[in-house]
Amino acid sequence: MEAITTDFDLYLKGFGLTVGLFVASGIASLVFGALLAAARVGPISVLAKASAAYVTLFRNTPLLMIFIFIAIAMPRIGFTFNFVEEIRVGDWNISGFFFRACLALTLYTSAFVCEAFRSGINAVPIGQAEAARALGLTFGQNMTNIVMPQALRAVVPPLTSVQIALAKNTSVAAAFGIAEATATMRLLGNRYGDQTVEIFFFIAVGYIIIVEIVALGSYALERRWKAAAR
Amino acid sequence: MSASVLFDTPGPKARRRHRIFTIVSLLLLVGFLVLVVMRLNDRGQLEYALWEPFLTPAYLEVILEALLKTLQMAFGAILLAIVFGVVFGIAKLSDHRIVRAPAWLVVEFFRAVPVLLLMTFFWLAFSIGGGPLSPFWCVVIALTLYNGSVLAEVLRAGINAVPPGQAEAAYAIGMRKSQVIWLIQLPQAVKIMLPALISQCVVALKDTSLGFYITAPGLTAVMRPIYLEFQNQVPTAIVIASIYIIVNLLLTGLATYLQHKLVGEKKQLDVPMVGGVDSGRAV
Repeated sequence: MEAITTDFDLYLKGFGLTVGLFVASGIASLVFGALLAAARVGPISVLAKASAAYVTLFRNTPLLMIFIFIAIAMPRIGFTFNFVEEIRVGDWNISGFFFRACLALTLYTSAFVCEAFRSGINAVPIGQAEAARALGLTFGQNMTNIVMPQALRAVVPPLTSVQIALAKNTSVAAAFGIAEATATMRLLGNRYGDQTVEIFFFIAVGYIIIVEIVALGSYALERRWKAAAR
Repeated sequence: MSASVLFDTPGPKARRRHRIFTIVSLLLLVGFLVLVVMRLNDRGQLEYALWEPFLTPAYLEVILEALLKTLQMAFGAILLAIVFGVVFGIAKLSDHRIVRAPAWLVVEFFRAVPVLLLMTFFWLAFSIGGGPLSPFWCVVIALTLYNGSVLAEVLRAGINAVPPGQAEAAYAIGMRKSQVIWLIQLPQAVKIMLPALISQCVVALKDTSLGFYITAPGLTAVMRPIYLEFQNQVPTAIVIASIYIIVNLLLTGLATYLQHKLVGEKKQLDVPMVGGVDSGRAV
């Protein structure tokens, strides 16, 4: 118990980094994943194929291998991404480790985000768009009034699953020099060898809280958007 | 391109525009690939010496052995996870809250906690400093608990996906609860669940790579000595990643085949996400 109480600042710092990684790569993966999905369902078959290839490649590679590419292989060909350390906001700056971890998490998660968006668009019955066209709605009206509202509603559950997986996947950054929650457990476990179970329990509770917040947020959205669905 | 929700069949003008976009994007993609290859070449990453270990029988043997260890960990974990999943999946469907609630708690806990955290915990608690478990078993146990919990949820969803008339008919001809589950619902649910089960094999296989953090054997563990000896980080990463991708694609292919064969084009199994408040049971 005292392992957590005496080193509570380490615990908080660890989860601060976990949340930071989650939020940064969560937003980046939503943006990149949406671009991939747009290419995937768009009319240009070259882009659709390239996006499909990206998804297949990154979904079947373990996240740890992507981390190895970014953190160990890329520096060999001159990409360390350490230039981000030059960027300063006040007296706060991003470390190269943090940026590389976000990059790896984003590249990996985007593939899943793309699939979630695509399944959302596929969930809209084709008759909806056909009826809208038959009524004379323009492409823009069709998208904003008919297709997107329905697709967005269908995309919330799979997207939430992907983001929850991302929150848990931030733990992989522990193996690449980031003192986030899992690395903190290893550190505290080495320091207080007799209290591993308590330390594990407290770190696990931290992750569960993050997961619950995301899940409850998604339920709230789902309930709000349920409206006239079914 | 056949009918799409998003756009009409393109006319002559749109087709011309699409052709221009196609050419531009093709050029961009090819340009990107050429840049990558040029960069690799500039930094001497395409030299034969760096790739030689992957053509040397002795090293290939080491890599194959590592692949075998990885597969052992993945399939060992999946087999144990199936047992775990059946026990907890059925417990979650129980009529008695006293059985249902602990099963729900266990399943939710292991689904919400990162696998790497579980692995590190077992490693710290039972392996490091002469504990009874080898890192190999730490990986297997952590993967069993996580994948088992997911499979428990898959099983529950699978049983719930069996039309309720089946269970009602079974009750009507006088079967007991356990008979209904084992003889009527489970055999039909297995068919629906099989693709999801194989996708879970892919997840387990990918997660064995996390053994890297706790010095467990496997493909990712064998990388470090190779790239430290030859300084060939890029070729090593490419080769090992390719092995993972090939094995996973084979498994995915199997899952798709089974999906077509057993379930047809029907919608895939809908497994609720973690963190759900609902612990509902079958009809």
